[in-house]
Amino acid sequence: MLDAYRDSIGAKLLLWGVSSLVLAFLMLPTLIVVPLSFSASDLLEFPPRHWSLRWYESFFASPAWMAALSTSLRLAILTALIAVPVAFMAAIGMDRLGFRVKAGIYGFILSPAVTPGILLAIGLFMVLAKLGLVGTFSGVLVGHVVLAIPVCVVVLNPAIARFDWQQALAAQSLGAGWARIIVGIILPQVGTSLVAAGLMALLTSLDEAVISIFVANGANATLPKLMFISLRDEIDPTIAAISTLWITLVTVLVIFINTRLNDNHT
Amino acid sequence: MSEASGERRLFILLACPAIVLTGFGAILPIVWIIRQSFFDKAGELTIANYGRLLTSDLTWSAFGTTLSLSVMTLAICTILGIPLSLALASVSRKTAGRLMILLLLPLWTSILVRTYGWVVLLRRDGLINSFFVATGLSDQPVPLVYNFTGALIGMVHYMLPLFVLPVYAAMRDIDGNIVRAAASLGASFWKCVRTVILPLSTGGVISGATVVFVYTLGFFITPAVLGGGKVNPISIRIERTLSTFQDWGEASALGLLLLILVMLIGAMLVSVRRLLRLGVRNA
Repeated sequence: MLDAYRDSIGAKLLLWGVSSLVLAFLMLPTLIVVPLSFSASDLLEFPPRHWSLRWYESFFASPAWMAALSTSLRLAILTALIAVPVAFMAAIGMDRLGFRVKAGIYGFILSPAVTPGILLAIGLFMVLAKLGLVGTFSGVLVGHVVLAIPVCVVVLNPAIARFDWQQALAAQSLGAGWARIIVGIILPQVGTSLVAAGLMALLTSLDEAVISIFVANGANATLPKLMFISLRDEIDPTIAAISTLWITLVTVLVIFINTRLNDNHT
Repeated sequence: MSEASGERRLFILLACPAIVLTGFGAILPIVWIIRQSFFDKAGELTIANYGRLLTSDLTWSAFGTTLSLSVMTLAICTILGIPLSLALASVSRKTAGRLMILLLLPLWTSILVRTYGWVVLLRRDGLINSFFVATGLSDQPVPLVYNFTGALIGMVHYMLPLFVLPVYAAMRDIDGNIVRAAASLGASFWKCVRTVILPLSTGGVISGATVVFVYTLGFFITPAVLGGGKVNPISIRIERTLSTFQDWGEASALGLLLLILVMLIGAMLVSVRRLLRLGVRNA
């Protein structure tokens, strides 16, 4: 865009100088955690004087952390398994309905994404309390699914909008029913977006903290909830180890989505 | 005719699971908050919760903290985000996409991981204070965390990628020929940025501002950890009201006030955006 200003080298240097600092600011807190997780010291000294894997050991040897990890992983997988098909069906339905109906449903489904988490958390707590479901796995699951559906719908909508409905007409004239059209014709064409939606749903659930803090108790406490509690009380370097594992996972996912999935579209 | 209405029914049916789940998991809880806000601890119908809240200094200072955190987060995001968006928009889509990884990584990293990173960096004997003392920028550690500054740094860090995305998209959409025309008519780089590029990105900046407000007005984790108990926006007051007094009525009333604040500011920004679009069309 700025090719006409090829000669304004000073201005561009300043622009990129500021931008590099901003990008460094964004990366700094995640990068600092990695070396700390390999420190041998109880103190958060930087750079660490001795190296060890003791914080990884303390994570994997702790029944409380392991229970939380298992809860979080099961929640994330179930959230994705529920949210993706639900969002997929909703995206198809909305695409075929008139503009007004579509806008109405869209706004309704997207509303949890713009509601402050703390409100969803205390509201859900009260509703679940009435049903005797506070602290249960399914109670938290409902909260996570509701947050994952808007994310999946936003990812799937453009893919469904690109679908050529003439194909559905052709299939219909050859005698295919709607179930067959959706599973046999639409599904394979939006495969990439379904994978992306699934990954986003996983991450949404894994990262969700506020609903878990209020609704998940005891054995159903999630990883972010335990991290929050231990961050509020003391600074335990075990969190550095968990953080490093998390960063590794996200780095792999982001690079995968950014290179593989994006290149497929263009 | 009947076939068409049958298909219509099928498409509505397809959207139903999403509608039912959202209704149960998100809309019903909000309705419940509204209902609960009119009950006192004894279960009597009352508006005393609102009376107490609106006459309490704690509530007003919580509103003040919430608004100043949001406004300052937006101000800093604007200062840091616009140059970055412009830099990203000035290179090819492919290069920008690769650089975007640096923007997306923090966005997808757990909020707790990022908060932990900031605690480590900003503590009294953390890396940044060691740097300040070692270079003589300050002769004693500066209190950077467990206060307003800490909460603000954490919130800016959380919001910046979300602010940059719409601003970058708006700048990417600017017709390169307009910039070339400005250059050929002799506008300097800065003049072109000020009079051509920034005005054409206003829509993106307002989208970014909307996202910043919607998120930061209800932020809980960052002020709870990095504020160290000294920063008390509405979200933290809600949690305090529950953990200290178990007063669901008052907490719900506070929640409803927060929701109204979010909706008011959201509606304001959406209408500004609409006005701008009208202005562009009429110009």
